[in-house]
Amino acid sequence: MSEAHGIHAKFRNVLGDFILDVDFTAPAKGVTALFGPSGCGKTTVIRCIAGLTRVRDGFCQIDGEIWQKPDGTFVPTHKRSLGYVFQEANLFPHLSVRKNLLFGAAKEKPRDRPAIDFDEVVDLLGVRHLLERAPRNLSGGERQRVGIGRALLTQPKVVLMDEPLSALDRKTKGEILPFIEKLRDHFALPIFYITHDIAEVERLADQIVLIENGHVVGAGPLADVQSDLSSPLARTREAAVSLQGVVEAFDAEFGLLDVAIAGGRLLAPAPPADVGETRRVHILASSVSLAREAPGRSSILNILPARVVTMKPVDAFEVMAAVAIGEKGEGARLLSRMTRKSWEELRFVEGMKVFAQVKSVALDAGRGEPGE
Amino acid sequence: MDDVWQLWSPVKLTLELATVSTLTLLIVATPLAWWLARSKAKWKEIVATLVSLPMVLPATVLGFYVLIALGPGGPGAAVAGILWGGRTLAFTFTGLVIGCVIASLPTVVQPIRNAFAAVGDRPFEAAATLRASPWQAFWRVALPLASPGILSGAVLGFSHTVGNFGVVLMIGGNIPGRTRVMSTAIFDFVEAMQWEQANILAGGMVVFAFVVILSMILIEKRFARMRE
Repeated sequence: MSEAHGIHAKFRNVLGDFILDVDFTAPAKGVTALFGPSGCGKTTVIRCIAGLTRVRDGFCQIDGEIWQKPDGTFVPTHKRSLGYVFQEANLFPHLSVRKNLLFGAAKEKPRDRPAIDFDEVVDLLGVRHLLERAPRNLSGGERQRVGIGRALLTQPKVVLMDEPLSALDRKTKGEILPFIEKLRDHFALPIFYITHDIAEVERLADQIVLIENGHVVGAGPLADVQSDLSSPLARTREAAVSLQGVVEAFDAEFGLLDVAIAGGRLLAPAPPADVGETRRVHILASSVSLAREAPGRSSILNILPARVVTMKPVDAFEVMAAVAIGEKGEGARLLSRMTRKSWEELRFVEGMKVFAQVKSVALDAGRGEPGE
Repeated sequence: MDDVWQLWSPVKLTLELATVSTLTLLIVATPLAWWLARSKAKWKEIVATLVSLPMVLPATVLGFYVLIALGPGGPGAAVAGILWGGRTLAFTFTGLVIGCVIASLPTVVQPIRNAFAAVGDRPFEAAATLRASPWQAFWRVALPLASPGILSGAVLGFSHTVGNFGVVLMIGGNIPGRTRVMSTAIFDFVEAMQWEQANILAGGMVVFAFVVILSMILIEKRFARMRE
C-alpha cells in the first residue's frame, strides 16, 4: 500500500513503566478498528493521531499530509482535517443540538471530495426532531448521534471514533451501530474506530490493528488477521472469521438465503433479500468441524470442500486449524476448533483435502444495502 | 436642597465608582482568572497569592501603598502627567477606581477562576476537533460556560466596591462631591452627630447588601438547574 493514500502512524512514549510503541499503516478507506483490552494504549494512539495528546517521538501522516514528525513538526488539532467522536459525546451543554451540529461546520466545501450536507446528515442520523433541544434533554444514544453528526459536518478527511458505544447500554448500542454502518457506506469516509468489543469489530471493521500492552500485535484486513493463527484473536473462545458475501438466491419455502463467499456458497436462515445484496457472514471456529471424506446425509446444510492450511494448539487438549475453502483451497479461510484427539486420530496434515462442515452461519447487514 | 445634595452626591459617586470599577475588574480579572485556571506554570500560585493579598491585609496597609504609588513622585503621578498633565492620582476619581480594583480583585478573580476550572478540558478538546482555534474556543466555549461565575464575580466586585471604606478613605480623602462615597459619608455624618442622614445611607446599604446576596443565591440556583 502506498503511504500517500493511507495513514501511517508511529508513536513512542514511556510513561512510568508503560511503554507505548506502535507503528502501523492502514488504507484511507473503510473502517479500521483499533482493537485491544482496556489500558492497552489504543485511546492514547487515537488521541495522538488527533493531536489531543502529544508525544515527542511521533510520526503521523494521512493522505500525504504530515501532521506530526519527530523533528518537532506538530499541526495543532484545530488545523487537522479530522472528525472526532468522543466516548461520551461531549456536546456543548450551552448550545442547542442545531448549534452543536453547526459549531465546526465548514464554510467552504472541500474540493477534493464530495461535501457532506447538513440536511443529509440530520436525516441520516435521524435527529431532525431534536434540532432545537438542549443536550441535557437527549438520551445517551441521541447525544452520540449528534456527536457523530457534528464531527461529519466539519468535512473531515478521516473520522476518529473513541469507543463511541462503550458508554451506552446494549439496546442503545444496537440502535447506533446501523448509523455507523450507514455513514461508512454512505460517505465513503475512512474511519478509525477504537473498541474493546470484538462484536463491534466483526460487524464494522474492514481492517484491524490489534494492540496489546502498548504494542501492535497484528494488523491487516479483518479476515486475514482473524484467520492468522499467530494472532491473539484466533486463540480466543470467540475466534471467528467475518467474510463478505453476496446474495445469490432466496429459498422462500425454507426461508434460506444462498450467499456466495470466496470459494463457495452458504445457506443461512435469514429474512428475504435481493439478489446481489452484500452480507457480512460470521462463522465461529467452534461451529466448523472437519471431515476426511464427504459426509453422507447430514443435518448440516453447509459442507464445503477445503484444504488444511495450518494448525496451532490452543491448549493441551484443543487445537485450532485454518482451512481454505475450495477444491484447491483458493477461497476464503475458515477456522475450525477441535480436540487434539480428533486432529491426531484423523491424521490431518497441512495441504490435505478435507470437508468443512459449517453448523451455523450468522449474517449482518452488508454494504450498500438499499433502503433502511 | 442642600440636604438632598448632601445625601445624593455620595450615592451618585458610589454608583459611578462601583460601575467603572466593576467594568475594569472584569477586563482585568477574566484573562487573569483564565490564566490561573488553565496555565501549567509552577509560579502561577505566586501570582494567585499576590492577587489574594488584599483580602487579608488591613485596608490601611493597602491604601498606604496605593497612595504612595499614585501620589506625587510615584508611577501613578507619572502616568497622570503624561495623560493629562496632572501632578497626582491620589485624591482623584481615577485613583479611587485603581484602589478599589486592587482591593476587590481577589473577590472577583476567585469565582471566575473556579468557573473556568470547572469547565475542564473536555469542551476545549471538542472545540479543537471542530476546528476552533484556542482564541475562538475561549469566546465560543469558555466564556459562555463560565458565565455564571463571571456574573457572580461582577456582582461581588460591584458590592465589594460599594462597601469599601478603608481604601477609599486612604486614597480619596473623603472630599465632598469628588471622592466622598456612601461609606465615608456615613462616617462623617456620625462624626457630626447627624444621625438621621447616617441612618438613611446606612439603612440603604443594608437593603442593598440584602438584595445583592439574595439575587446571587437565586442566580446560583438557576444555573445549577440549567447545568444538571
